[in-house]
Amino acid sequence: MPLDPTPFTPWMSLLGGVLIGIASLMVLGLLGRIAGISGITLAAMRPGGDRGWRIGFLLGLVAAPLAWAALGNGAVAQSVPGNLPAMALAGLLVGAGSILGAGCTSGHGVCGLSRLSPRSMVAVPLFMAVAAATVFAIRHLLGGGA
Amino acid sequence: MSAAALRPLAGLAAGLVFGLGLVISGMADPAKVLAFLDIAGAWDPSLAFVMGGAIAVALPGFLLLPRRGAPALGGRFELPTARAIDRNLLLGAALFGLGWGIGGFCPGPAFTALTLAAPGTLVFVPAMLAGMWLGHRLRGGRLAGPAAPAR
Repeated sequence: MPLDPTPFTPWMSLLGGVLIGIASLMVLGLLGRIAGISGITLAAMRPGGDRGWRIGFLLGLVAAPLAWAALGNGAVAQSVPGNLPAMALAGLLVGAGSILGAGCTSGHGVCGLSRLSPRSMVAVPLFMAVAAATVFAIRHLLGGGA
Repeated sequence: MSAAALRPLAGLAAGLVFGLGLVISGMADPAKVLAFLDIAGAWDPSLAFVMGGAIAVALPGFLLLPRRGAPALGGRFELPTARAIDRNLLLGAALFGLGWGIGGFCPGPAFTALTLAAPGTLVFVPAMLAGMWLGHRLRGGRLAGPAAPAR
């Protein structure tokens, strides 16, 4: 079954986007790096190198919903698809694709487009188009959802 | 405290702000991501505002900050220099889009979902880490050794 429709939230989405932009500039201005989650994750898994800030960054990501709840906002709404084989395939594709393509929604999407990187200007429309086509095929041609 | 000792804390703070951004924007919710991608269905365009807000802030920063010469906590600016549109970029972006469309998770939101421990998340994240290792091998990289050229 597809997940339920979601409400249009332009202001909260804009505010969240601004925070993501600020965090990207914190990584750039303080550490001199791109805030690309896939690259940070791969480098954090590999021995040697500058891992400290990367492990800190990932811990911050994991802790964020707990901080949000501790601020009195209640639990974060997340509806995760329940088709486990599909989610395993999705994880494998997202992980391999992000490293092979040298970036994901953050590295290419936020940082790359902000740097006017020609590679990101190709990668972002391409992965958005493939993702939209995938959702179209699953929901409207196959009539299901992950 | 030396600047070098502050680097992990700076990473933690940036990760926390990034994660709060994902949570507040709705990007952390796969249902919202899939609704954004479902243009022919009950389309929810909210996530265009996430990208818009993030780039509006980050674009001037990426223009100005590297001119300062060095990052505040030591080291130097290390930004990607590759410009070639090659096979790896196209294949990688296509595979990423396919996985994103199936699961509704990209890497950042998947990490923010861990503590809620939904079964789909607990399957997705280890598969994603294995996929990253596989992608690294496909690029010709080893697991140990000097830092990968990937960002």
